[in-house]
Amino acid sequence: MKNNRATSKPGGNAIAISRSQIVIYAIVALISLAGLADATYLAVQALTGETMVCGGSPDCFKVLGSPYARIGGVPLAFIGAVAYFCVFSFAILAAFGYARVRRLLLFTVWSMFAVTLWLLYTQAFILHAFCRYCLFSAAMVFLLAGLIVASRSP
Amino acid sequence: MVGFVTLGAAIMLYRSKLLQATAIPKAMAAAKERTEEVHVRGPANAAVTLEEFGDFQCPPCGAMEGPLQQIERDYASSLRVIFRNFPFTIHEHAHEAAYAAEAAGLQGRFWEMHDLLYREQSVWAKSSDVQSLFDAYAGMIGLNLERFKKDVSGEQVKAKVEEDRKRGEALGVRNTPTIFINDESVPPTSLNPTALRAAVDAAVKQKTRS
Repeated sequence: MKNNRATSKPGGNAIAISRSQIVIYAIVALISLAGLADATYLAVQALTGETMVCGGSPDCFKVLGSPYARIGGVPLAFIGAVAYFCVFSFAILAAFGYARVRRLLLFTVWSMFAVTLWLLYTQAFILHAFCRYCLFSAAMVFLLAGLIVASRSP
Repeated sequence: MVGFVTLGAAIMLYRSKLLQATAIPKAMAAAKERTEEVHVRGPANAAVTLEEFGDFQCPPCGAMEGPLQQIERDYASSLRVIFRNFPFTIHEHAHEAAYAAEAAGLQGRFWEMHDLLYREQSVWAKSSDVQSLFDAYAGMIGLNLERFKKDVSGEQVKAKVEEDRKRGEALGVRNTPTIFINDESVPPTSLNPTALRAAVDAAVKQKTRS
């Protein structure tokens, strides 16, 4: 029991969290870094107009070259990179016991989960093509959602 | 009788060979400079101008593209490259590819599409739905997709490709790639990376001497 509790941080926002939650938040941070790397790579490629990213894969071109890959001219990957960065920051703060960011973390991850479901639907039923980077990102978001559920279980 | 036919055939053959690209007449060379829609890459005051007649679906053109781009990088300050469409009907999607490149050109992204089409040649060449792939390429290089779709089936790009083809035919272009360096045709035997580099190098040295 003694090892099961982490020391709470001073200040009104800090709460005591279990060691298992700290581990979960640390894993969330690591996974979000992997997602951040993927999304940043795609965002940079999209912003610079580079096309090597899809070399040899027509499906990748069909997805990343589709109108669904941008929102108002902004590459979706860029928005994804920002979201992953937020998840990383929130997870680190949550691991240090900041209570308020847990809600933000929850909101961000579930938002990403909803967007990921929509993007998977778009790839499967509208574009009829899958992009490997997008599938990797989807896997990361599913893992994040699973971990967030685990972090809330007693 | 047989002798006359043979002689006639020989003369015709000789003339057709003679017509094959050897050099660009000065008037035609000047005309190309006046045309605004010429696709040029490299400095305007470059010592050497390399003009390529290419077909995006022609495998030798695709194979030549990598070494050619390396030569462009190595002679960046002294070489400029002009690309002209010369699509063959035996290549199923060559015309569509040329139209896609020209449509991208209308949005100022000709070379991006040119490079992409050559790099992905082996993929789109065997695609059953090549137009949707070209649309995806257009999206990837940041084109306005609606405009691209309109332009690619428009008369402007077809006229441009036809104009290039006619120019090539007038110069005696029979095969692709056909390359002219400072308006002199590069012999087919020199259309390999080593010989092409040597030809560009020789042209640069000749220009710097004169």
